Order: sequence, then structure tokens, then C-alpha cells
Amino acid sequence: MSVTLKINGKSTTVDVPSDMPLLWVLRDVLNLKGTKFGCGIAQCGACTVHLKGVPVRSCSLPISSVAGQEITTIEGLSKDGTHPVQRAWEEIDVPQCGYCQAGQLMVAAALLANKKKPTDADIDASMVNICRCGTYNRIRAAVHRAATLSAGAAK
Amino acid sequence: MTIATQISRRSFLRVSALAGGGLLIGSYVRSADAAVAEYTAGFAPPEEFVPNAFIKIFANGNITIIAKNPEVGQGVKQSLPMIICEELDADWSHVTVEQGLVDRSKYGVQFTGGSLSTPMNWDDLRHVGAAGRALLVAAAAKTWNVPASECTTRNSRVTHAKTGRTLGYGALAATAATLTPPDLKTIPVKDPKDYHLLGQRIHGVDNKAIFTGKPLYGIDVVVPGMLYAVFEKCPVFGGKVMSANIDKIKKMPGVTHVFVVEQIGNALDGLMSGVAIVADSWWYAKTARQSLQVSWDLGTTAAQSTEWFATRAAELSKLPAQRTIRKDGDVDAAFSGAAKVVEASYFYPFIHHATLEPQNCTASVKNGKAEIWAPSQTPQSGLTLVSKAIGIAESDITIHVTRIGGGFGRRLKNDYMVEAAWIAKVAGVPVKLLWTREDDMRHGHYRQAGFFNLKGGVDANGKLVAWRNHAILDNLNAGEFPARYVPNYLAEASAIPHGIPTGALRAPGSNGMAFVIQSFIDELANAAGKDPIDFRIDLLSQVGPATQADRFDAERARGVLELVREKSGWGKRKLPKGTGMGVAFHFSHQGYFAEVVQATVSAKGALKVNKVWVAGDCGSVLTNLSGAEQQMQGAAIDGISHALGQEMTFENGRAMQSNFDTYPLIRMVQAPPVEFTFRTTAHPPTGLGEPALPPVIPALCNAIFQATGKRIRSLPIGNQLA
Ligand code: FES
Ligand code: FES
Repeated sequence: MSVTLKINGKSTTVDVPSDMPLLWVLRDVLNLKGTKFGCGIAQCGACTVHLKGVPVRSCSLPISSVAGQEITTIEGLSKDGTHPVQRAWEEIDVPQCGYCQAGQLMVAAALLANKKKPTDADIDASMVNICRCGTYNRIRAAVHRAATLSAGAAK
Repeated sequence: MTIATQISRRSFLRVSALAGGGLLIGSYVRSADAAVAEYTAGFAPPEEFVPNAFIKIFANGNITIIAKNPEVGQGVKQSLPMIICEELDADWSHVTVEQGLVDRSKYGVQFTGGSLSTPMNWDDLRHVGAAGRALLVAAAAKTWNVPASECTTRNSRVTHAKTGRTLGYGALAATAATLTPPDLKTIPVKDPKDYHLLGQRIHGVDNKAIFTGKPLYGIDVVVPGMLYAVFEKCPVFGGKVMSANIDKIKKMPGVTHVFVVEQIGNALDGLMSGVAIVADSWWYAKTARQSLQVSWDLGTTAAQSTEWFATRAAELSKLPAQRTIRKDGDVDAAFSGAAKVVEASYFYPFIHHATLEPQNCTASVKNGKAEIWAPSQTPQSGLTLVSKAIGIAESDITIHVTRIGGGFGRRLKNDYMVEAAWIAKVAGVPVKLLWTREDDMRHGHYRQAGFFNLKGGVDANGKLVAWRNHAILDNLNAGEFPARYVPNYLAEASAIPHGIPTGALRAPGSNGMAFVIQSFIDELANAAGKDPIDFRIDLLSQVGPATQADRFDAERARGVLELVREKSGWGKRKLPKGTGMGVAFHFSHQGYFAEVVQATVSAKGALKVNKVWVAGDCGSVLTNLSGAEQQMQGAAIDGISHALGQEMTFENGRAMQSNFDTYPLIRMVQAPPVEFTFRTTAHPPTGLGEPALPPVIPALCNAIFQATGKRIRSLPIGNQLA
């Protein structure tokens, strides 16, 4: 079926089966490789994107269900890689293999959009994506750091 | 004996001019096979050791340093180039790191495993960097007509203080390229006190690309004209295709090729039998696969299951052991004379690597040549495997090493590589093969399970006098602690031949063994009425004569135990009811680690790991402090993840877990803060990817014992505390 998508501020039309998950449309049709495949069953969060600002797992969203809605991927998180979470992740040097980090960044960005100063409990409740390398200590520090950077930018 | 003295080198250096007035330095260094084999105990050693590094210095001052080994998240893409950069005395901000192609003649052995990248390359890469610096100094001395000994270097510049002259490396590159290179063997290297870069916090060179979603990994590779493949193998390990409804699948949307692949050879890590489906998108290939019907010749492994292993192990535990691994003194006599004797059985399960990036590989085979993009930890072994399978000479195969979304030992095997190459060859088009998560989990090379029957005796003074360990299924090393520290020691083993594929998993030979040994030592400390750290230190002080198998330095082990005692506030904290602290230490991959875990078990049996303290001794230098910290945290959290819930079970020769819903990995809320301290000692630096993992598991189980009085003797902990 032909579906019109709004991705990172741009409108695109793709012709794909209606049950094809958003993840595979992004990766293999639109060649946006930043969103990652980890499990395919909404367990790991490597495939997280924003749907109208809300973090969702794109591996489990049929393309027909997201037509016309605003989608943001890691490639569109900021123009030049300077979103507070991207800056904080660099300051703390979070990645090990790095494979989960696009998904982690998307979840963190959505968390900070809702909560200016998340507590550790907020982080435990929201940052539920798997990091197989175990970068959790640094992810936690980076979310706090990003909150500080965002507060600075707002002033 | 240090690693440096184990390596005997024969080396020379090559210099050539780059277009536009640059300098290229390559080095060829050889060393004895035996030295490599010695520190690769535990998995297949590379055939030879020929590390080589390249430095390119451009006329504009930019410097490129080649990263020779695959990056799986352990940080070698920074740390190995940093070693060269330090000795070159270049400014890291001028350096671009480039991943080297797979090329044994240029870069020597290229693999990532065994925490070996640092120890195997440390000496050679330092000399490569130092030789580069010497050439640039010689070029400056010639330009200024002054003695080289009066010139100094710093931040990519040579300076002659007496005359106040200074030139950047870029300006000197063209002259340097005309000079005769120095002898690598005699070139002096820096005293570690003069380091500017090593030991600093250097960030990942790919960070920016990761944070902005640039293609980096194997799964991201795109080749013009490429199609996508899935590959269905028999759910029973080693089973073979008899027939399949290929004609039906061929007609499904998007499908371009469907064919049966025959097994080559018998090895479970070579090309296995299965059905390949190629389509113009991966989603089409995966969707078509749902209609695939295969009748399989299941083979003999179909009779094997988790229960079958347990029954066989119980039978074997009652029989005399099949093999004696080590026998010191007379254990039976010592047990009868002991004041207290403790007996216990331990178990650890099969576990899976579960790299977050599923196995994949992209291959193009045409006109008798092949090109492969592989997220492999051992691309050179993959090259040999592919060459034999598809009948193309190694020299006609190009392998690109991509960044890798986690290795942990899974990618020491190259099954996905040979499958992709074969499918691309048959299909006659470039193909990206991507395994589903279910494929990945059902076709692992699992960490082998093990059953252990232990008996220990302490005398009236609380001293350990006898130790017996009968290992069933998994193996036991002759040097396994407390060998050499107990006068009467018997290690025995019995095998259970089976058809489940197994392989090295992060800290192989130690990741489960430390749990067994350090938990049982804790039981003996308790029987002896001694503090767990004191008991271990006492044990480490009763050193017996060394044998060939004993490569462990008791002084370094005591050092990290004392350090973790101090840092964790051991014995000084008032802990609430239900909270306990446990300790363990382990020596593996040349590294000494002692760890303390504090954990709380609620009245209902809910476990919370509150904190981990890690004390490590990895020699004289940490190449990259940021990377070292990451490995400490990652290894400790990985170990806790093993302990909490990881287990592969098998029924009728098939894996029963297939995704993260049935194979739980640790998440943020379960991950404790990990605090670490390094003890610097005058030994060559060793790798950090693995040795911090093994002790955390027994430290956690020992903490649970302190908190509840319940002894965990079987992993995972699961709901044993409920
Ligand atoms: S790939 Fe979507 S949640 Fe794992
Ligand atoms: S950094 Fe490797 S999975 Fe998170």
C-alpha cells in the first residue's frame, strides 16, 4: 500500500505492505540506519523513535498505523548533534559498543521533555531499554547531566 | 615472567613517502607462536603473531592511525592507536583513527578476544610510535643542522630549545620520509611517568556518529544491488534438511531465490544445513519464511535435554572420575584428620551471549572474487572458513571489519559469515544476511554448563588443609585456585559428550568457575569461623611450590583483596537486617580482581543489588581511563546479569529460549552503582574486557548468604530466594 509518512519534518510516500513495521521502512526503504533492530518484539528498545513526541518501539508498529503522524528518529533528534542528551552522552562518554544508544537517547530526550529534573526513580521507571554492555551507570549520569544542560539553555 | 619477555621479536620498520609530502610508517614485527598460545589458553590461538601498525602523517599536520583490531565495545579503537600516539608524541586532537582492512601481511594477527589486544600489542605499538618520533626528530635535526639529542618533542612538534626553533610534524613529514628508519629493537620508549595521553580519559572516536545515527555496524551496510536473506536452520543442533516447500516460497511477494544449503564438514561452527530465502527486502524474506515447511533429519542431538544433562551428571558424580587433572598430597587422609569437612554440589547453566546486534553479514561474490562486510571478532579465521567453503583463494577475498554491536565471544565464531558468502555465491547477487533474534538465541555457541562436587576440610586452627573438586561436563584447569595453596588438592573431571554448540563467552573458563570456587571458599571460611577476607588472605599466604600450571601471583591477589577491604568499608558498616556484604577474588586474563557486593533481600525474597566495589590490578598503565572504567562497570553489571536470570535450557535437542522475554538481560533498575579502584603494579599492562566479570557473581552470592543465611549453589538465582 502507499503510505505517506512525516519523518523528521519531511513528508515521504512509500509503497510497502501494510503490516511492514515502521522499523524496516526506516532502515531498508528510507535508508535511515540509526534506528536499530534488537529483538523485533518490543522487548529491548533499540528501535525506539518518537511518535508525536512519545517514545515507541518501531519494530512492533505496522506502517499502516503511523500514516500521517509525526515521527522523529535519531537522525532528526537535532540538526547538528547538539540536543542536550547528545551533548551529555558525549561529556560522559557513555557508549561501549554503542548499538543501544540511539534508542537510549530517544527515550532520554522524551523523558526530559516531560520532566525537567528527573529523579533516579524517574530514570529507573523510564529508561527501561536494554544495554547489553551494561552502560547503565553512565546513562544515569548522562540523563542528570542533560537535565542540567537543558536548564542552562532555557535560562 | 612478564609478557614482554615472553615475546621474542624480529622486527623491521618501513617508511615511505605519501603523495603531497607526507610520511607513512609501517612496522612488521614477528614473535614466537608459543608466547601467543600461552596467553590464549581457553580458545583457539591465532597461528602467528605479526602485529603491525600504520601511521600516516600528512603535510598539513593531520595524522591517521590505523586501528587494527575489531571494535566490539571494549574500546580498542581508541586504546591501541593511543599507544602509538603516546610514543609518537603527537597531539591526539590531530589524529583520525581509521579501521584497518583485514590483512595479515600488513597488520599481523587481527582479532578481539581473551582480553589480548593490549598485552599482545603493547610492546610493538609503543616501538612503532617511538620509531616514528625518532624519524621526525632526525628530520628536524637535519633541517636545522643540530644534534638530534638536543631536540625535544611534544604535541606533534619538534623543538630545538637552544636556538628557539620549532617545526610541526606535518612540515617535517616529507624530509622524514627520505631517512633511514631506526631499528625497532633498540629504539627507546618512554618512561610511564612521561606519559601525556595514556591513562587519560579519551572518548570513543565513533561517539558522534553513534549519537547522530550514522551507519557504522554490520547491520547498516548497504551494497549497490544488494538483496536480503534469512536462513532457516534445523531447530535441533546439527539437524539437516531432507525436503522443503521451496516452490511455494518462491512465489511469495518479494522473494527472488529460495534454496537448500548443504552442510559442509561436521563442525557446528562452519556452514550448516538449512534453507535460504532471498528477497528484495528483509521483511519480505522474513514474512515468506513463516510459510516455510521443512522436514528435517534431526540427528542424534534430539535425544539431549537439560534434564538429560542433570541425570547424567548425577550418575557420574557417584562414579570414580574419568580423569585426574591434578593431585597434590593425599586428600583422603587429610579429610579424615580434618576438624571440619564441608561437602556441596554446585551448578552453572548454559548461557547465551545475546549481543544486542543480531548476527549478520553482507557478502558479494562475483568473477571469482569476494567482498565481505563482517562484524566478526576473528575476521582472519572467517576469511579462511569462507575461502574453503566457497572455493575462492584468500587473496581474492576482501574483508571489511565493521563496528560491532557487542561480541562477548559470540563473534569469535564466523557461522554468519560463511552463510552470507555461500548464499551470495549461489544467488549471484550481493546479499545481506540478517538473523532474527530467535535465530540468534537458538543457534548460539553457548557457555557450557557445569556440575561440580566439592569437598573441603579445615583443621582446628581454621586452616584449609584439603580440597577436592570433581567437575562434570565443564572442564577444570590444573592451576585452578586454591591449587598450590592447599597441601592436599585433588581436581578431577568427567565429560558428557553432547551436540550442543559451545564457545568462549566473556572471561571463558572463569565466568562460571569463579562462582563455584569462591562460593565454596566462603562456605569453608564460615566453617572455620573466620572473616571471609581474612580467610582468603591466610590461604594466599600458605604458598606451596609452583608447577607449570601455576601462573598466579599471590602477592597481587592479596593486594587487591586488601584494597577492596579498605574501599568497601568491609566490616566497618552497620548493615540493616536483610542486607549483607560478600567478597570474592579471581585471577583471569592476567588480571587480578577482588570485588565486594552489598545486597538486600526483602522478607518476601526480592533481591536488590545495592552496590559493587571493584579493585583491580592490571599492571603498570591503564591505556584509557574512560575505557577502563567502562569495562569495570560493564563487566560487573554483566556478571550480575548472568547471576540474576540467564539460563538456556534444552528439550529434544532444541533451545527453549528465543528472545528477551524468556532470556532476561539486566536493566537499569537492577543495575547497581559500580565503584572501582586500580592498584598500579610494575607489570606490563593487561586487558580489561574480561577479568572484572568472574568475581562479581560469587561476591553477590556470598552477600546473599550474609544477608539471609541461604547459600546459592545453582545459577541463575532466579526465584530461589522467594
Ligand atoms: S527491536 Fe524493537 S524493541 Fe527490540
Ligand atoms: S552500549 Fe552496547 S548495548 Fe548498549
